[in-house]
Amino acid sequence: MELERRGRRRVVVTGLGVVSCAGIGLDAFFEGLNGPAPEGERRVRDFDPSPWFDLKQSRRADRFQQFAVAAAQMALEDGGHPEPDPARAGVVIGTGVGGLETLEGQIKVLQEKGPRRVSPFLVPMMMANAGAASVSMRFGWHGPCETVVTACAAGTQSIAAAYRLIAYGRCDLVVGGGAEAAMTPVAMAAFSNMTALSTSGESRPFDVRRDGFVMGEGAGALLLEELGHARARGAHIYAEMLGSGSTADAHHITAPAPGGAGALACMQFALEDAGLSPADITHVNAHGTSTPLNDLAEAEALEKLFGSESPPVTSLKGVTGHSLGAAGALEAVAASLTIERRLIPPTVGLEQLDPEIHLDLVTGGPAPFEEGALLSNSFGFGGHNGTIVLSSFSE
Amino acid sequence: MTRVDNEAAFEKFKECAVEVLQVPAEKITPAASFAGDLEADSLEVVELVMALEEAFDITVEESELEGVETIGQAFELVTSKL
Repeated sequence: MELERRGRRRVVVTGLGVVSCAGIGLDAFFEGLNGPAPEGERRVRDFDPSPWFDLKQSRRADRFQQFAVAAAQMALEDGGHPEPDPARAGVVIGTGVGGLETLEGQIKVLQEKGPRRVSPFLVPMMMANAGAASVSMRFGWHGPCETVVTACAAGTQSIAAAYRLIAYGRCDLVVGGGAEAAMTPVAMAAFSNMTALSTSGESRPFDVRRDGFVMGEGAGALLLEELGHARARGAHIYAEMLGSGSTADAHHITAPAPGGAGALACMQFALEDAGLSPADITHVNAHGTSTPLNDLAEAEALEKLFGSESPPVTSLKGVTGHSLGAAGALEAVAASLTIERRLIPPTVGLEQLDPEIHLDLVTGGPAPFEEGALLSNSFGFGGHNGTIVLSSFSE
Repeated sequence: MTRVDNEAAFEKFKECAVEVLQVPAEKITPAASFAGDLEADSLEVVELVMALEEAFDITVEESELEGVETIGQAFELVTSKL
């Protein structure tokens, strides 16, 4: 096997968990991705933390932290409750922002009641690593517990980091994912004032009328496991992870590099890391935020990578909105389900393809997934680019 | 403070403790220990004290919390300031 020859261990996906406005849990989520899109803001409405937290615990956990634990616990249950050596089990859960809702609430407390009333729980609830820390405590896992904070690339890059922990031998099992709950008044105003948000309120990835992203929230988690470890316990295998790419635009703090140069390099590194060529790729789960600049840059990168042979491309953000540091994790969950169920969800909201974009976008309804490998992209403010490679599993 | 006042104060104290510590009211007894019986860590005790300061309109210095390990001790600290 190519990867083993390179001194790497094989890594498979054996459990999935998801909290999204499209649905909580795998079936609801995957069905929700077919649309129709929810109306207005993409909040996870009526999220009830009680299956995962008692009352006291939920008062001590920011919403993003609750999402993280819920998704991770669902992934563990879905994976058949593995009992790894705790020293060789890890957690990598990213976020774009962390516990912003808690911070904003306590700033109000400070202004209204003074410093003596600021909650002693503010710090452990707002810190970006709170989600990952809560998951390691919940599971009792003592291996690496880390948080990647690369804006909208955080979910994808966390899964890549989780993969490396297993591929290079440090861990046998790692929960990788991302969580975000930053739909607060200040954040919404800030994203709106930087003209990133859609003024129409419609998320239309790659559509000629796209005018910005629609803010979302949620969490996704993948249980990644070393192949032998998964086999030994008879685990169900959704997919194999083959590698990842990560690059920086080094161009502008928010705008993508012209021509999608950073995104292209990222996908090329991911392919090289996985030992694949563009012809092996049968699907791309795009970042596709519905912003004018991102979608064009990503499309240009994809056109350069694949030439006229574009595999079916989809963006889930027509339904999910853009959940920042959770986005890549939600999409990795969807991509794993795409492989398992052989169905690519459509790009909901895309009606009139931008004439400058020449890609084979999935629209109207789900398309069949041709067995092979797929790329899932995420690009973040700061010029962070992340790509992961997942494939159908075969011995 | 009269006995009636004292009982009313304990009721108010109990409400704060139930709200902050998320435990049933019957567990809030003078003998109940924060760390053992109520499973409250030091940050939770700080949060409870904040709620009590607000409810009773008093000020408790951090140094005064040293050695306060039970509901009874905390209640005494509060009533000593009324």
